[in-house]
Amino acid sequence: MLDRGVLGQAAASPVHPRPLGRSATAVGVRAPGERIQRVVGGALHEISLTPLQDLHGIVTPADLHYERHHAGVAVVDPHQYELLIHGMVDRPTVFDLAALRRFPAVSRFHFLECSGNGESAYRNMRPDQSPQLVDGLTSTSEWTGVSLATLLREVGVHPRATWFLAEGGDAGLMARSIPVEKARDDAMIAYAQNGEALRPEQGYPARLLLPGWEGNTNVKWIRRLEFADRPFMTRDETSKYTDPLSNGTARMFSFVMDAKSIITFPAFPATLTGRGWWDVTGLAWSGRGRITRVDVSTNGGKTWSLAILQQPVLPKCHTRFSFPWNWDGREAVLMSRATDETGYVQPRLAQLRAARGPGTRYHFNDIRAWRVAADGAVTFEVDG
Amino acid sequence: MTRSGMLRTALAAVAAVAPTHVRRADHRPGPPARYGLGRSATAEEIRAVDVTVMPDGTGLPAGSGTAVQGAAIFRQTCARCHGATGVEGPFDRLVGREPRQGFPFGRDESLVRTIGNYWPYSTTVYDYIHRAMPYDAPGSLRPNDVYALVAFLLWRNEIIADTATMDARTLPRVRMPARDRFVNDDRRGGPEVR
Repeated sequence: MLDRGVLGQAAASPVHPRPLGRSATAVGVRAPGERIQRVVGGALHEISLTPLQDLHGIVTPADLHYERHHAGVAVVDPHQYELLIHGMVDRPTVFDLAALRRFPAVSRFHFLECSGNGESAYRNMRPDQSPQLVDGLTSTSEWTGVSLATLLREVGVHPRATWFLAEGGDAGLMARSIPVEKARDDAMIAYAQNGEALRPEQGYPARLLLPGWEGNTNVKWIRRLEFADRPFMTRDETSKYTDPLSNGTARMFSFVMDAKSIITFPAFPATLTGRGWWDVTGLAWSGRGRITRVDVSTNGGKTWSLAILQQPVLPKCHTRFSFPWNWDGREAVLMSRATDETGYVQPRLAQLRAARGPGTRYHFNDIRAWRVAADGAVTFEVDG
Repeated sequence: MTRSGMLRTALAAVAAVAPTHVRRADHRPGPPARYGLGRSATAEEIRAVDVTVMPDGTGLPAGSGTAVQGAAIFRQTCARCHGATGVEGPFDRLVGREPRQGFPFGRDESLVRTIGNYWPYSTTVYDYIHRAMPYDAPGSLRPNDVYALVAFLLWRNEIIADTATMDARTLPRVRMPARDRFVNDDRRGGPEVR
Protein backbone atom coordinates (compact mmCIF):
# COMPACT_ATOMS: atom_id res chain seq x y z
CA MET A 1 0.00 0.00 0.00
CA LEU A 2 2.72 2.45 1.01
CA ASP A 3 4.89 1.29 -1.87
CA ARG A 4 2.29 2.41 -4.32
CA GLY A 5 2.46 5.90 -2.86
CA VAL A 6 6.22 5.90 -3.02
CA LEU A 7 6.13 4.78 -6.63
CA GLY A 8 3.90 7.74 -7.33
CA GLN A 9 1.27 5.69 -9.15
CA ALA A 10 -1.52 7.29 -7.10
CA ALA A 11 0.17 10.54 -6.23
CA ALA A 12 -2.93 12.53 -7.06
CA SER A 13 -5.10 10.73 -4.50
CA PRO A 14 -3.88 11.00 -0.88
CA VAL A 15 -3.78 7.84 1.24
CA HIS A 16 -5.69 7.43 4.53
CA PRO A 17 -4.05 4.66 6.50
CA ARG A 18 -6.35 3.24 9.18
CA PRO A 19 -4.84 2.57 12.60
CA LEU A 20 -4.94 -1.04 13.70
CA GLY A 21 -7.52 -1.68 16.43
CA ARG A 22 -6.49 -2.76 19.90
CA SER A 23 -6.11 -6.38 20.92
CA ALA A 24 -8.75 -8.55 22.50
CA THR A 25 -9.18 -8.24 26.27
CA ALA A 26 -10.25 -10.66 28.97
CA VAL A 27 -13.07 -8.39 30.15
CA GLY A 28 -14.68 -5.71 28.02
CA VAL A 29 -15.50 -2.17 29.04
CA ARG A 30 -17.99 0.38 27.73
CA ALA A 31 -17.04 2.75 24.95
CA PRO A 32 -15.27 5.78 26.42
CA GLY A 33 -18.13 8.18 25.72
CA GLU A 34 -20.82 5.96 27.26
CA ARG A 35 -20.92 7.30 30.78
CA ILE A 36 -24.16 5.76 31.96
CA GLN A 37 -24.35 5.60 35.71
CA ARG A 38 -26.62 4.90 38.62
CA VAL A 39 -27.48 7.83 40.88
CA VAL A 40 -26.73 7.05 44.53
CA GLY A 41 -29.17 8.43 47.07
CA GLY A 42 -30.57 8.14 50.56
CA ALA A 43 -29.21 9.54 53.82
CA LEU A 44 -27.24 6.34 54.34
CA HIS A 45 -26.47 5.82 50.63
CA GLU A 46 -28.82 2.86 50.77
CA ILE A 47 -30.26 3.28 47.27
CA SER A 48 -29.06 3.73 43.72
CA LEU A 49 -31.24 4.33 40.68
CA THR A 50 -31.07 2.79 37.21
CA PRO A 51 -30.55 5.31 34.34
CA LEU A 52 -33.77 4.36 32.56
CA GLN A 53 -33.43 7.20 30.03
CA ASP A 54 -30.10 5.82 28.79
CA LEU A 55 -31.14 2.20 28.22
CA HIS A 56 -32.67 0.34 25.26
CA GLY A 57 -34.71 -2.82 25.02
CA ILE A 58 -35.71 -4.42 28.31
CA VAL A 59 -32.56 -5.82 29.95
CA THR A 60 -30.73 -3.73 32.54
CA PRO A 61 -26.96 -4.17 32.50
CA ALA A 62 -26.18 -5.94 35.78
CA ASP A 63 -23.85 -3.19 36.98
CA LEU A 64 -26.64 -0.65 36.53
CA HIS A 65 -29.37 -2.65 38.30
CA TYR A 66 -30.95 -0.48 40.99
CA GLU A 67 -29.98 -1.04 44.63
CA ARG A 68 -31.87 -0.87 47.89
CA HIS A 69 -30.07 -2.17 50.95
CA HIS A 70 -31.26 -2.23 54.53
CA ALA A 71 -27.85 -2.83 56.11
CA GLY A 72 -25.32 -2.27 53.34
CA VAL A 73 -23.96 -4.69 50.74
CA ALA A 74 -23.09 -7.93 52.51
CA VAL A 75 -19.83 -9.73 51.74
CA VAL A 76 -20.54 -13.45 51.60
CA ASP A 77 -17.85 -16.05 50.86
CA PRO A 78 -19.38 -18.37 48.24
CA HIS A 79 -17.42 -21.28 49.69
CA GLN A 80 -18.91 -20.67 53.14
CA TYR A 81 -22.40 -19.89 51.84
CA GLU A 82 -25.27 -22.05 53.13
CA LEU A 83 -29.04 -21.90 52.82
CA LEU A 84 -30.91 -23.49 55.74
CA ILE A 85 -34.51 -24.64 55.25
CA HIS A 86 -36.31 -25.67 58.44
CA GLY A 87 -39.46 -25.23 60.55
CA MET A 88 -42.53 -27.16 59.38
CA VAL A 89 -40.61 -29.49 57.08
CA ASP A 90 -39.90 -33.24 57.20
CA ARG A 91 -36.19 -32.87 56.55
CA PRO A 92 -34.46 -29.70 57.78
CA THR A 93 -31.72 -29.29 55.20
CA VAL A 94 -28.66 -27.18 54.47
CA PHE A 95 -27.78 -26.47 50.84
CA ASP A 96 -24.45 -25.04 49.83
CA LEU A 97 -24.00 -23.27 46.50
CA ALA A 98 -22.73 -26.41 44.77
CA ALA A 99 -25.84 -28.31 45.90
CA LEU A 100 -28.16 -25.56 44.66
CA ARG A 101 -26.47 -25.67 41.26
CA ARG A 102 -27.01 -29.43 40.96
CA PHE A 103 -30.79 -28.95 40.76
CA PRO A 104 -32.33 -28.36 37.33
CA ALA A 105 -31.80 -24.67 36.60
CA VAL A 106 -34.54 -22.33 35.46
CA SER A 107 -33.91 -18.99 33.73
CA ARG A 108 -36.52 -16.28 33.39
CA PHE A 109 -36.65 -12.56 32.63
CA HIS A 110 -38.32 -10.56 35.40
CA PHE A 111 -38.41 -6.99 36.61
CA LEU A 112 -37.68 -6.00 40.18
CA GLU A 113 -39.10 -2.81 41.61
CA CYS A 114 -38.76 -1.17 45.00
CA SER A 115 -42.23 -0.68 46.43
CA GLY A 116 -41.36 2.96 47.12
CA ASN A 117 -40.43 3.59 43.50
CA GLY A 118 -42.05 6.61 41.92
CA GLU A 119 -43.05 8.52 45.03
CA SER A 120 -42.05 11.62 43.00
CA ALA A 121 -45.01 10.98 40.75
CA TYR A 122 -47.33 11.02 43.77
CA ARG A 123 -46.23 14.03 45.75
CA ASN A 124 -43.01 15.63 44.46
CA MET A 125 -43.92 17.72 41.43
CA ARG A 126 -40.43 19.03 40.66
CA PRO A 127 -40.15 19.43 36.87
CA ASP A 128 -36.39 18.82 36.60
CA GLN A 129 -36.51 15.08 37.24
CA SER A 130 -35.31 12.44 34.78
CA PRO A 131 -36.89 8.98 34.43
CA GLN A 132 -33.96 7.78 36.56
CA LEU A 133 -34.93 10.07 39.44
CA VAL A 134 -38.67 9.49 39.08
CA ASP A 135 -38.71 5.70 38.62
CA GLY A 136 -35.13 4.39 38.64
CA LEU A 137 -35.81 1.84 41.38
CA THR A 138 -36.78 -0.77 38.82
CA SER A 139 -34.66 -2.98 36.56
CA THR A 140 -35.00 -6.16 34.53
CA SER A 141 -32.63 -9.12 34.39
CA GLU A 142 -32.54 -12.68 33.25
CA TRP A 143 -32.43 -14.59 36.54
CA THR A 144 -31.18 -18.16 36.80
CA GLY A 145 -31.57 -20.43 39.78
CA VAL A 146 -33.48 -23.33 41.27
CA SER A 147 -37.24 -23.30 41.49
CA LEU A 148 -38.36 -22.95 45.09
CA ALA A 149 -41.08 -25.55 44.45
CA THR A 150 -38.28 -28.04 43.78
CA LEU A 151 -36.64 -27.21 47.11
CA LEU A 152 -40.01 -27.52 48.90
CA ARG A 153 -40.36 -31.08 47.63
CA GLU A 154 -36.77 -31.78 48.59
CA VAL A 155 -37.30 -30.86 52.26
CA GLY A 156 -40.92 -32.09 52.49
CA VAL A 157 -42.85 -28.99 53.53
CA HIS A 158 -45.82 -29.86 55.76
CA PRO A 159 -49.26 -29.44 54.17
CA ARG A 160 -50.27 -27.16 57.05
CA ALA A 161 -47.37 -24.74 56.48
CA THR A 162 -48.83 -21.56 55.00
CA TRP A 163 -46.00 -19.04 55.38
CA PHE A 164 -42.23 -19.01 55.41
CA LEU A 165 -39.75 -16.51 56.71
CA ALA A 166 -37.12 -15.44 54.19
CA GLU A 167 -34.04 -14.17 55.98
CA GLY A 168 -30.95 -12.56 54.45
CA GLY A 169 -27.36 -12.80 55.54
CA ASP A 170 -26.82 -9.04 55.57
CA ALA A 171 -25.86 -7.29 58.80
CA GLY A 172 -29.51 -6.54 59.62
CA LEU A 173 -30.76 -10.05 58.75
CA MET A 174 -33.49 -8.68 56.46
CA ALA A 175 -36.63 -10.76 57.06
CA ARG A 176 -40.01 -11.06 55.37
CA SER A 177 -42.88 -13.55 55.71
CA ILE A 178 -43.97 -15.02 52.37
CA PRO A 179 -47.05 -17.15 51.64
CA VAL A 180 -46.14 -20.74 50.71
CA GLU A 181 -48.38 -20.55 47.64
CA LYS A 182 -45.91 -18.10 46.06
CA ALA A 183 -43.14 -20.63 46.65
CA ARG A 184 -45.20 -23.29 44.85
CA ASP A 185 -45.98 -20.86 42.01
CA ASP A 186 -42.97 -19.11 40.47
CA ALA A 187 -40.44 -18.28 43.22
CA MET A 188 -36.81 -19.23 42.84
CA ILE A 189 -33.50 -19.13 44.62
CA ALA A 190 -31.47 -17.21 42.03
CA TYR A 191 -27.70 -17.48 41.79
CA ALA A 192 -27.16 -15.84 38.41
CA GLN A 193 -28.15 -12.64 36.66
CA ASN A 194 -27.78 -11.92 32.94
CA GLY A 195 -25.61 -14.98 32.43
CA GLU A 196 -23.13 -14.59 35.28
CA ALA A 197 -23.08 -14.86 39.05
CA LEU A 198 -25.24 -12.35 40.91
CA ARG A 199 -23.68 -8.97 41.58
CA PRO A 200 -22.73 -8.48 45.25
CA GLU A 201 -25.36 -5.74 45.54
CA GLN A 202 -27.98 -8.13 44.16
CA GLY A 203 -27.40 -10.73 46.86
CA TYR A 204 -24.32 -12.71 45.83
CA PRO A 205 -24.13 -15.64 45.94
CA ALA A 206 -27.91 -16.31 46.13
CA ARG A 207 -31.16 -14.42 46.62
CA LEU A 208 -34.86 -15.11 46.77
CA LEU A 209 -36.70 -14.06 43.62
CA LEU A 210 -40.46 -13.53 43.82
CA PRO A 211 -41.52 -12.45 40.33
CA GLY A 212 -43.79 -9.40 40.33
CA TRP A 213 -43.57 -8.79 44.08
CA GLU A 214 -42.21 -5.70 45.79
CA GLY A 215 -38.43 -5.56 45.79
CA ASN A 216 -37.74 -5.95 49.49
CA THR A 217 -39.45 -9.37 49.61
CA ASN A 218 -36.84 -10.66 47.13
CA VAL A 219 -34.47 -11.16 50.04
CA LYS A 220 -30.80 -10.93 49.09
CA TRP A 221 -27.90 -13.00 50.49
CA ILE A 222 -30.65 -15.48 51.42
CA ARG A 223 -29.50 -17.65 54.31
CA ARG A 224 -32.61 -19.15 55.90
CA LEU A 225 -36.19 -20.19 55.07
CA GLU A 226 -38.34 -21.09 58.08
CA PHE A 227 -41.76 -22.62 57.41
CA ALA A 228 -44.68 -21.95 59.76
CA ASP A 229 -48.49 -21.84 59.88
CA ARG A 230 -48.68 -18.06 60.32
CA PRO A 231 -46.70 -14.94 59.40
CA PHE A 232 -43.88 -13.76 61.64
CA MET A 233 -44.77 -10.04 61.72
CA THR A 234 -41.27 -8.68 61.21
CA ARG A 235 -40.58 -4.96 61.28
CA ASP A 236 -40.45 -4.73 57.49
CA GLU A 237 -43.97 -6.15 57.10
CA THR A 238 -45.60 -4.21 59.95
CA SER A 239 -44.10 -0.79 60.61
CA LYS A 240 -42.25 -0.39 57.32
CA TYR A 241 -43.68 -1.79 54.07
CA THR A 242 -47.37 -1.29 54.84
CA ASP A 243 -49.65 1.14 53.04
CA PRO A 244 -51.82 3.48 55.15
CA LEU A 245 -55.22 4.05 53.55
CA SER A 246 -57.60 6.97 53.87
CA ASN A 247 -60.15 4.89 55.81
CA GLY A 248 -58.00 4.66 58.95
CA THR A 249 -56.42 1.29 58.22
CA ALA A 250 -53.11 0.20 56.72
CA ARG A 251 -52.74 -2.49 54.10
CA MET A 252 -50.21 -5.19 54.97
CA PHE A 253 -48.61 -7.91 52.84
CA SER A 254 -49.21 -5.75 49.76
CA PHE A 255 -46.84 -7.85 47.71
CA VAL A 256 -47.81 -7.41 44.06
CA MET A 257 -46.59 -4.46 42.01
CA ASP A 258 -49.53 -3.20 39.94
CA ALA A 259 -49.27 -2.32 36.24
CA LYS A 260 -47.28 0.78 35.48
CA SER A 261 -45.39 2.51 32.69
CA ILE A 262 -43.11 5.46 32.09
CA ILE A 263 -41.96 7.18 28.92
CA THR A 264 -38.16 7.19 28.95
CA PHE A 265 -37.82 9.33 25.78
CA PRO A 266 -38.52 12.15 25.31
CA ALA A 267 -38.06 12.94 28.98
CA PHE A 268 -36.07 15.40 31.08
CA PRO A 269 -33.25 16.30 30.46
CA ALA A 270 -33.64 15.50 26.74
CA THR A 271 -34.53 18.21 24.20
CA LEU A 272 -36.28 17.66 20.89
CA THR A 273 -34.11 19.42 18.31
CA GLY A 274 -36.86 20.00 15.79
CA ARG A 275 -40.31 19.14 14.56
CA GLY A 276 -40.94 15.90 12.68
CA TRP A 277 -40.85 12.23 13.56
CA TRP A 278 -39.65 11.09 16.97
CA ASP A 279 -39.85 7.69 18.65
CA VAL A 280 -41.73 8.07 21.93
CA THR A 281 -40.52 5.04 23.89
CA GLY A 282 -40.62 3.68 27.39
CA LEU A 283 -41.17 0.70 29.67
CA ALA A 284 -44.34 -0.93 30.95
CA TRP A 285 -44.65 -3.76 33.47
CA SER A 286 -47.05 -5.55 35.77
CA GLY A 287 -46.51 -7.85 38.73
CA ARG A 288 -49.67 -9.73 37.77
CA GLY A 289 -48.58 -11.00 34.36
CA ARG A 290 -48.13 -9.74 30.82
CA ILE A 291 -48.66 -6.23 29.57
CA THR A 292 -51.42 -6.44 26.95
CA ARG A 293 -51.42 -2.85 25.71
CA VAL A 294 -49.86 0.54 26.22
CA ASP A 295 -51.64 3.69 25.14
CA VAL A 296 -49.85 6.98 24.59
CA SER A 297 -51.35 10.46 24.75
CA THR A 298 -49.67 13.55 23.32
CA ASN A 299 -52.32 15.98 24.60
CA GLY A 300 -52.29 15.41 28.35
CA GLY A 301 -54.74 12.51 28.36
CA LYS A 302 -57.50 13.98 26.19
CA THR A 303 -57.04 11.31 23.53
CA TRP A 304 -55.02 8.10 23.49
CA SER A 305 -53.43 6.01 20.75
CA LEU A 306 -52.10 2.47 20.82
CA ALA A 307 -48.34 2.08 21.14
CA ILE A 308 -46.31 -0.74 19.60
CA LEU A 309 -45.21 -3.40 22.07
CA GLN A 310 -41.74 -4.61 21.20
CA GLN A 311 -41.08 -8.33 21.47
CA PRO A 312 -40.57 -10.13 23.71
CA VAL A 313 -43.62 -9.41 25.87
CA LEU A 314 -43.01 -11.53 28.96
CA PRO A 315 -45.00 -11.92 32.17
CA LYS A 316 -43.81 -9.88 35.16
CA CYS A 317 -41.12 -8.30 33.03
CA HIS A 318 -40.36 -4.89 31.59
CA THR A 319 -41.96 -4.51 28.16
CA ARG A 320 -40.59 -1.91 25.74
CA PHE A 321 -43.15 0.21 23.93
CA SER A 322 -42.72 2.53 21.00
CA PHE A 323 -44.94 5.26 19.56
CA PRO A 324 -43.85 7.05 16.38
CA TRP A 325 -44.86 10.70 16.83
CA ASN A 326 -44.84 13.46 14.25
CA TRP A 327 -44.23 16.52 16.42
CA ASP A 328 -45.71 19.71 15.02
CA GLY A 329 -43.46 21.95 17.13
CA ARG A 330 -46.22 23.04 19.51
CA GLU A 331 -46.37 22.42 23.26
CA ALA A 332 -47.47 18.89 24.09
CA VAL A 333 -47.97 16.72 27.19
CA LEU A 334 -46.93 13.09 26.73
CA MET A 335 -48.36 10.26 28.85
CA SER A 336 -48.30 6.48 28.76
CA ARG A 337 -50.91 4.13 30.19
CA ALA A 338 -50.31 0.40 30.71
CA THR A 339 -52.93 -2.37 30.75
CA ASP A 340 -52.14 -5.88 31.98
CA GLU A 341 -53.67 -9.27 31.29
CA THR A 342 -56.02 -9.04 34.28
CA GLY A 343 -57.65 -6.00 32.68
CA TYR A 344 -56.08 -3.61 35.18
CA VAL A 345 -55.44 -0.16 33.69
CA GLN A 346 -52.75 2.13 35.10
CA PRO A 347 -54.70 4.83 36.97
CA ARG A 348 -54.56 8.61 36.80
CA LEU A 349 -53.15 10.35 39.87
CA ALA A 350 -56.60 11.47 41.00
CA GLN A 351 -57.91 7.90 40.84
CA LEU A 352 -55.05 6.53 42.89
CA ARG A 353 -55.26 9.30 45.47
CA ALA A 354 -58.99 8.67 45.81
CA ALA A 355 -58.36 4.97 46.41
CA ARG A 356 -55.42 5.32 48.79
CA GLY A 357 -55.32 8.80 50.32
CA PRO A 358 -52.60 11.46 50.01
CA GLY A 359 -50.59 10.07 52.95
CA THR A 360 -50.26 6.50 51.69
CA ARG A 361 -46.84 4.91 51.25
CA TYR A 362 -45.51 2.63 48.50
CA HIS A 363 -47.01 1.31 45.26
CA PHE A 364 -47.12 4.62 43.37
CA ASN A 365 -48.14 3.47 39.89
CA ASP A 366 -50.13 6.48 38.70
CA ILE A 367 -49.68 7.81 35.15
CA ARG A 368 -46.57 9.94 34.59
CA ALA A 369 -46.44 12.88 32.19
CA TRP A 370 -43.76 14.86 30.32
CA ARG A 371 -44.34 18.38 29.04
CA VAL A 372 -42.66 19.18 25.72
CA ALA A 373 -42.23 22.94 25.32
CA ALA A 374 -42.32 24.66 21.94
CA ASP A 375 -38.52 24.97 22.10
CA GLY A 376 -38.24 21.19 22.52
CA ALA A 377 -37.30 21.21 26.23
CA VAL A 378 -38.91 18.37 28.18
CA THR A 379 -39.88 18.50 31.86
CA PHE A 380 -41.49 16.08 34.32
CA GLU A 381 -45.06 16.64 35.27
CA VAL A 382 -47.50 14.68 37.36
CA ASP A 383 -50.42 13.51 35.28
CA GLY A 384 -50.88 16.73 33.36
CA MET B 1 -5.07 -24.54 7.17
CA THR B 2 -7.06 -21.49 6.11
CA ARG B 3 -9.82 -20.16 8.31
CA SER B 4 -12.56 -21.28 5.91
CA GLY B 5 -10.87 -24.65 5.64
CA MET B 6 -10.92 -25.03 9.42
CA LEU B 7 -14.58 -24.08 9.48
CA ARG B 8 -15.41 -26.65 6.81
CA THR B 9 -13.57 -29.34 8.75
CA ALA B 10 -15.35 -28.40 11.97
CA LEU B 11 -18.75 -28.47 10.29
CA ALA B 12 -18.00 -31.83 8.75
CA ALA B 13 -17.02 -33.19 12.15
CA VAL B 14 -20.27 -31.97 13.67
CA ALA B 15 -22.27 -33.46 10.84
CA ALA B 16 -20.47 -36.77 11.27
CA VAL B 17 -21.18 -37.15 14.98
CA ALA B 18 -24.55 -35.41 15.29
CA PRO B 19 -26.84 -38.26 14.23
CA THR B 20 -25.55 -40.60 16.89
CA HIS B 21 -25.79 -37.97 19.65
CA VAL B 22 -29.14 -36.32 18.97
CA ARG B 23 -32.00 -38.28 20.47
CA ARG B 24 -35.60 -37.57 19.67
CA ALA B 25 -37.29 -35.61 22.45
CA ASP B 26 -40.29 -37.93 22.58
CA HIS B 27 -39.42 -39.27 26.00
CA ARG B 28 -38.39 -37.12 28.91
CA PRO B 29 -38.24 -38.79 32.31
CA GLY B 30 -40.16 -36.91 35.00
CA PRO B 31 -38.35 -35.38 37.95
CA PRO B 32 -37.64 -37.64 40.91
CA ALA B 33 -39.63 -37.13 44.11
CA ARG B 34 -36.36 -35.96 45.63
CA TYR B 35 -32.88 -35.31 44.29
CA GLY B 36 -31.24 -36.18 47.60
CA LEU B 37 -29.09 -33.03 47.55
CA GLY B 38 -28.02 -30.95 50.54
CA ARG B 39 -27.26 -32.29 54.00
CA SER B 40 -29.39 -32.69 57.12
CA ALA B 41 -29.43 -29.68 59.42
CA THR B 42 -28.72 -30.42 63.08
CA ALA B 43 -30.95 -29.05 65.82
CA GLU B 44 -27.93 -27.24 67.20
CA GLU B 45 -27.12 -25.35 64.00
CA ILE B 46 -30.78 -24.40 63.58
CA ARG B 47 -30.82 -22.97 67.12
CA ALA B 48 -27.65 -21.03 66.37
CA VAL B 49 -29.24 -19.01 63.54
CA ASP B 50 -32.95 -19.08 64.35
CA VAL B 51 -33.37 -15.58 65.81
CA THR B 52 -37.03 -15.11 64.91
CA VAL B 53 -39.49 -13.86 67.53
CA MET B 54 -43.20 -14.27 66.81
CA PRO B 55 -46.17 -12.29 68.18
CA ASP B 56 -47.08 -15.11 70.62
CA GLY B 57 -43.57 -14.91 72.07
CA THR B 58 -42.17 -17.96 70.29
CA GLY B 59 -38.42 -17.44 70.00
CA LEU B 60 -38.00 -14.97 72.86
CA PRO B 61 -34.88 -15.86 74.84
CA ALA B 62 -34.31 -15.95 78.60
CA GLY B 63 -33.46 -12.61 80.17
CA SER B 64 -35.26 -9.45 81.21
CA GLY B 65 -34.97 -5.67 81.40
CA THR B 66 -36.67 -2.50 82.63
CA ALA B 67 -37.10 1.00 81.29
CA VAL B 68 -34.58 2.39 83.78
CA GLN B 69 -31.92 -0.02 82.56
CA GLY B 70 -32.95 0.68 78.99
CA ALA B 71 -32.59 4.44 79.37
CA ALA B 72 -28.87 4.09 80.01
CA ILE B 73 -28.32 1.76 77.05
CA PHE B 74 -30.42 4.00 74.80
CA ARG B 75 -28.35 7.05 75.71
CA GLN B 76 -25.14 5.21 74.93
CA THR B 77 -26.16 3.18 71.89
CA CYS B 78 -29.21 4.66 70.19
CA ALA B 79 -29.49 8.39 70.93
CA ARG B 80 -26.99 9.55 68.32
CA CYS B 81 -29.34 8.34 65.57
CA HIS B 82 -32.77 8.50 67.21
CA GLY B 83 -32.32 11.55 69.49
CA ALA B 84 -31.98 11.88 73.24
CA THR B 85 -35.61 10.93 73.89
CA GLY B 86 -36.32 8.92 70.74
CA VAL B 87 -38.05 11.87 69.09
CA GLU B 88 -35.34 14.14 67.76
CA GLY B 89 -33.70 12.01 65.07
CA PRO B 90 -31.84 12.51 62.77
CA PHE B 91 -33.02 8.99 61.84
CA ASP B 92 -36.35 7.26 62.50
CA ARG B 93 -38.48 8.78 65.24
CA LEU B 94 -39.33 5.99 67.68
CA VAL B 95 -41.46 7.78 70.24
CA GLY B 96 -44.84 9.52 69.92
CA ARG B 97 -48.45 8.56 70.43
CA GLU B 98 -50.06 11.33 68.40
CA PRO B 99 -52.39 11.11 66.61
CA ARG B 100 -54.27 9.06 69.19
CA GLN B 101 -57.56 8.89 67.29
CA GLY B 102 -58.55 7.53 63.93
CA PHE B 103 -55.18 6.29 62.60
CA PRO B 104 -55.27 8.99 59.88
CA PHE B 105 -51.90 8.16 58.28
CA GLY B 106 -53.45 7.65 54.86
CA ARG B 107 -55.19 11.01 54.96
CA ASP B 108 -52.32 13.11 56.31
CA GLU B 109 -48.90 12.80 54.70
CA SER B 110 -47.22 14.91 57.40
CA LEU B 111 -47.69 12.28 60.13
CA VAL B 112 -44.64 10.37 61.33
CA ARG B 113 -44.99 6.69 62.15
CA THR B 114 -43.57 5.63 65.51
CA ILE B 115 -43.55 2.51 67.67
CA GLY B 116 -46.31 4.05 69.78
CA ASN B 117 -48.65 5.10 67.02
CA TYR B 118 -48.02 2.54 64.27
CA TRP B 119 -46.32 -0.73 65.33
CA PRO B 120 -48.96 -3.49 65.79
CA TYR B 121 -46.90 -6.05 67.77
CA SER B 122 -44.67 -5.55 70.81
CA THR B 123 -42.61 -8.63 69.95
CA THR B 124 -41.54 -7.00 66.69
CA VAL B 125 -39.65 -4.37 68.67
CA TYR B 126 -37.56 -7.10 70.28
CA ASP B 127 -37.08 -9.00 67.01
CA TYR B 128 -35.99 -5.92 65.09
CA ILE B 129 -33.61 -4.45 67.67
CA HIS B 130 -32.00 -7.85 68.17
CA ARG B 131 -31.82 -8.47 64.41
CA ALA B 132 -30.78 -5.13 63.02
CA MET B 133 -29.75 -2.58 65.65
CA PRO B 134 -27.64 -0.62 66.27
CA TYR B 135 -27.35 0.10 62.57
CA ASP B 136 -23.55 0.03 62.49
CA ALA B 137 -23.15 -3.00 64.79
CA PRO B 138 -26.20 -5.29 64.73
CA GLY B 139 -25.78 -8.42 66.81
CA SER B 140 -23.83 -6.62 69.53
CA LEU B 141 -26.70 -6.44 72.04
CA ARG B 142 -27.35 -9.22 74.60
CA PRO B 143 -30.91 -10.36 75.44
CA ASN B 144 -30.97 -8.34 78.69
CA ASP B 145 -29.95 -5.21 76.74
CA VAL B 146 -32.67 -5.78 74.17
CA TYR B 147 -35.37 -6.41 76.78
CA ALA B 148 -34.29 -3.22 78.56
CA LEU B 149 -34.41 -1.16 75.34
CA VAL B 150 -37.83 -2.59 74.49
CA ALA B 151 -39.05 -1.68 77.99
CA PHE B 152 -37.64 1.85 77.64
CA LEU B 153 -39.26 2.41 74.25
CA LEU B 154 -42.64 1.00 75.32
CA TRP B 155 -42.53 3.18 78.45
CA ARG B 156 -41.56 6.29 76.47
CA ASN B 157 -44.53 5.55 74.19
CA GLU B 158 -46.85 5.41 77.24
CA ILE B 159 -47.67 1.76 76.67
CA ILE B 160 -46.16 0.20 79.85
CA ALA B 161 -45.26 1.56 83.29
CA ASP B 162 -41.69 2.60 84.02
CA THR B 163 -41.53 -0.16 86.63
CA ALA B 164 -42.60 -2.98 84.30
CA THR B 165 -40.13 -5.76 83.59
CA MET B 166 -40.04 -7.09 80.05
CA ASP B 167 -39.22 -10.77 79.53
CA ALA B 168 -40.37 -13.75 77.47
CA ARG B 169 -43.60 -13.96 79.52
CA THR B 170 -44.59 -10.29 79.81
CA LEU B 171 -43.60 -8.85 76.44
CA PRO B 172 -46.06 -10.84 74.24
CA ARG B 173 -48.90 -9.69 76.54
CA VAL B 174 -48.26 -6.02 75.81
CA ARG B 175 -51.00 -4.83 73.49
CA MET B 176 -49.97 -2.14 71.06
CA PRO B 177 -52.23 0.85 70.27
CA ALA B 178 -52.18 0.15 66.51
CA ARG B 179 -52.87 -3.58 66.92
CA ASP B 180 -56.19 -3.65 65.04
CA ARG B 181 -55.42 -1.12 62.35
CA PHE B 182 -53.96 -3.48 59.75
CA VAL B 183 -55.89 -5.17 56.96
CA ASN B 184 -54.84 -7.71 54.36
CA ASP B 185 -54.17 -6.63 50.80
CA ASP B 186 -57.43 -6.58 48.84
CA ARG B 187 -55.98 -5.71 45.45
CA ARG B 188 -56.75 -8.48 42.97
CA GLY B 189 -55.97 -7.05 39.55
CA GLY B 190 -58.83 -6.49 37.15
CA PRO B 191 -60.40 -3.14 36.34
CA GLU B 192 -60.86 -1.81 39.88
CA VAL B 193 -58.19 0.53 41.28
CA ARG B 194 -57.68 -0.12 44.99
